[in-house]
Amino acid sequence: MAAMNFPNPHEAERIPGTEGWERMYPYHYQYTTDDPDRKKYEENMFWFYDGLHYPEPMYPFDIIWDEAWFLALSQFNTRIFIVPPALGIDHRIHNGYIYITPLPVADPSDIPKRAELFMKRAGYYYQNWDRLHDNWEAKMRGIIERLADLKIPELPEMEEESVVTEGIGVSTGYKLLKAYDELIDLGILAWQYHFEFLNLGYAAYVVFVDFCQKAFPDIPLQRITQMVGGIDVIIYRPDEELKKLAKLAIDLKVDEIAMKGSAAVILKEMAASENGRKWLEALETARQPWFYVSTGTGWYHHDKSWNDDLDIPLSSMGIYIEKLRKGENIDRPTKAIIAERDRLASEYRALLKTEADIQTFDQLLGTSRTVFPYVENHLFYVEHWFHSLFWNKIREVSKILVDFKFIEDVEDIWYLKRSEIKDALWDVVTGWATGSNPRGPLVWPKEVAWRKEVMAKFREWTPPDGMGTIPETINEPFTIVLWGITSESMSHWAKLKSISEGDLTKIYGFPGSPGVVEGKVRVCRTVKEVGQLQEGEILVAPTTSPSWAPAFQKIKAAITDVGGVMCHAAIVCREYGLPAIVGTGSATSRLKTGQRIRLDGSKGEINIID
Amino acid sequence: MDTSGYVIPFENCDNSMVGIVGGKCASLGELMKARIPVPPGFAITTAAYEQFLNDNDLKKKIINRLTNLNDEDLSKLEEASKDIRSWIEAGTINETLEDIIASHYRLLSRRSRIPALPVAVRSSATAEDLPGASFAGQQDTFLWIRGVDQLLDRTKRCWSSLFTPRAIAYRIKMGFDHSVVLISVAIQKMVRSFTAGVMFTLNPATGDRATVVIDSNYGYGESVVSGEVTPDQFHVNKITMDVVKKTVSEKKIYYTTDPESDEVLKLDLHPERQTSQSLLDEEIIQLAKVGKIIEQHYGRPMDIEWATEKGLPYKGEIFILQSRPETVWSQKEAKPLVEPKASAIEQIIAGLIKGRTIT
Repeated sequence: MAAMNFPNPHEAERIPGTEGWERMYPYHYQYTTDDPDRKKYEENMFWFYDGLHYPEPMYPFDIIWDEAWFLALSQFNTRIFIVPPALGIDHRIHNGYIYITPLPVADPSDIPKRAELFMKRAGYYYQNWDRLHDNWEAKMRGIIERLADLKIPELPEMEEESVVTEGIGVSTGYKLLKAYDELIDLGILAWQYHFEFLNLGYAAYVVFVDFCQKAFPDIPLQRITQMVGGIDVIIYRPDEELKKLAKLAIDLKVDEIAMKGSAAVILKEMAASENGRKWLEALETARQPWFYVSTGTGWYHHDKSWNDDLDIPLSSMGIYIEKLRKGENIDRPTKAIIAERDRLASEYRALLKTEADIQTFDQLLGTSRTVFPYVENHLFYVEHWFHSLFWNKIREVSKILVDFKFIEDVEDIWYLKRSEIKDALWDVVTGWATGSNPRGPLVWPKEVAWRKEVMAKFREWTPPDGMGTIPETINEPFTIVLWGITSESMSHWAKLKSISEGDLTKIYGFPGSPGVVEGKVRVCRTVKEVGQLQEGEILVAPTTSPSWAPAFQKIKAAITDVGGVMCHAAIVCREYGLPAIVGTGSATSRLKTGQRIRLDGSKGEINIID
Repeated sequence: MDTSGYVIPFENCDNSMVGIVGGKCASLGELMKARIPVPPGFAITTAAYEQFLNDNDLKKKIINRLTNLNDEDLSKLEEASKDIRSWIEAGTINETLEDIIASHYRLLSRRSRIPALPVAVRSSATAEDLPGASFAGQQDTFLWIRGVDQLLDRTKRCWSSLFTPRAIAYRIKMGFDHSVVLISVAIQKMVRSFTAGVMFTLNPATGDRATVVIDSNYGYGESVVSGEVTPDQFHVNKITMDVVKKTVSEKKIYYTTDPESDEVLKLDLHPERQTSQSLLDEEIIQLAKVGKIIEQHYGRPMDIEWATEKGLPYKGEIFILQSRPETVWSQKEAKPLVEPKASAIEQIIAGLIKGRTIT
């Protein structure tokens, strides 16, 4: 492999005018030269930019999920399942962008002992997968319920008399602090559960991938995911619900109303007739929980859910009603998908040369199929359902800070770290309790304004793909599956860099779904713009989620800024047989609506024609 | 049609008929039965050859001429060969036989919608004769033959190719009886290749059996087979049938036929076509599908010569000219890719420990 140089993390570019940015993030996320050992460690590791999850710089609050998975993923590898050769994934931040590095087990002589423990522990999970998974779902639903029920109390002028007559003995000030703690705790807990199965899922999958690539050096990754991919996965459920509502509207003859696009109008006019009310009932059932699906990845506070903005699902429902009226079938071709999945697996299997290989293939494929539904399904529970509720609870906390003039707008809270919010709430409640003026209004509006400027500068900066030193091997399953760190991807990054300076007619991304097409671009920055899509256009989006599903009925191919081979756009395109290129980094800013492009989904290459 | 058994169309030939139609015609018939498009044609059977020998009283004459020959006495062998071949080539094909061959030829012409259809006339040896290298056939392939007279003339030359000095020497050495050695002749439509090349039903570079690799250039396959050009290369996933890789090369020359003289010419490719993709995507897929059928028919990876024809009343058509088993990867010992384990979890541990090399 050609030598590739990535910057030394301690010499990475600093942006003038952002001095002091470090205080926006946890102190241990910073690269430092204070201590020679830590400095050497940081220089010797390979830190790669997690563009897969973070296409934009971190908001001081939103880093909560990064910290949550920093802990959860790592603990399951290192301390719980004892993945034989791999420890956790370390994190740093530079100019607002997250860099991560997988840690190998330092002493190879520890590996056999770890393997023994892994066999016992992971083996237990693999063998009892279904039972433990049911248990997981119950736990997850439990904490979502607790989150939904959590009250963020407003501070009253005076407490109710009942505080006295019932001998309660605490104030709303205390309850507010407690509710905030609980809110944060639930978030961290959701992310503990998030990884309960995921590490093992990826471990099984990654070994299957390696085996397939050894047997079939040319096999596209997409085909492997297709062989293990689930059919009955809940990622499709919100879209299924929308299709059901479209059919119901036609059956109840209220489709005219349902086509009106605006949620306000639809809700009002439906309520006026009996059939309309029947339809509304069905809508309410579908909303809980399926409309908690996020329009983004769910990782950022600005990723809204369908429940946050009913215009989004209800306007795209129109696409289905139109198709149904024309007599078209809008159902997922599940039978064909299953048949194709099984055909792929049996044809590849038949090409294996030895009985031993067939046995290994069967073992690994079987295990991968067991674990894979979780790999796809957990996203809905955690990133969509839980997060959508969580962001709004934080907004309730934010309203209190706005009321006390700590910040000017509810959406300013994201510029505070969660520990700073806790401090600010102490400032609020002690001021409220005492009857004195809190200091917050003198501190936070100024600080928030400055942080906004800093983040604007971060956004203009392009983070390098990697920093530090490239290792010889990688054993950490997530690093391999999610970020696709291989020698090819590294040289691809190097290529990307040289291209961004020269040839502007090419854009590269991860091959998401195979196929070559030529067509016109439609850039949709948010799911609300999906309505502008014309039949046969190529969708270019920052990312997609199940709430974008109706768009896939119209398009010829999809391109996203963010995502790997397992992202929503890639999964759905493979299912519908559309080409997709994901994780391009910058397609939404480099491509323009109306432009003609040619894309090759197997190579991950986009050519701009005009 | 005739029931003489002198002529049998390829589509009626199969492997049980090697003794009558020879190996080449039998395998062409097998390919057709597997719905593989091969250029049409017919076999002039060993019965026709025997009839010809009888009509011209050649059987005994040949045997006599061959007695007491030594397989190492080259000059005597050559003399005998010369005599026998000249007798055969000067012989007369009886009218009935001539009519039968001519009517099959005209039918082929009509079916191809080309008057005086150019054909290839090749000997199709019956198996016992020369296993492996069929040098009878090597010397006696006549391309671009038009009209009944030429066809009959070349047929006799194919018959006489049974008596090349090498063939005679081989039979003497092996102790085969000259009198039971028979020959059939294949008459096959010439494909005026628009594009041609080779196809492997595995990736010769990686051994991946799920990939079909097609090398292609304009004109006849000679330019590809001989390595005179860097051909276009296409990779097709055999299971999903999509083109996964295309490499369009600069193809400087191509082989074609002079429409006047039917002579094969080597020409410079028009600059615009040098860097254009020589096969359409649909043709690539269609070809790969044919490759997959051939592989399934023979139960092993194959190495195939193919051509497409254009300029007909129909659109481009694919033809398979030859197919033989792939030898490089197929002869490697099949060893398990990873050490088999009793359970998936043990396999997962082994895989995790191995990790992924990235530099």
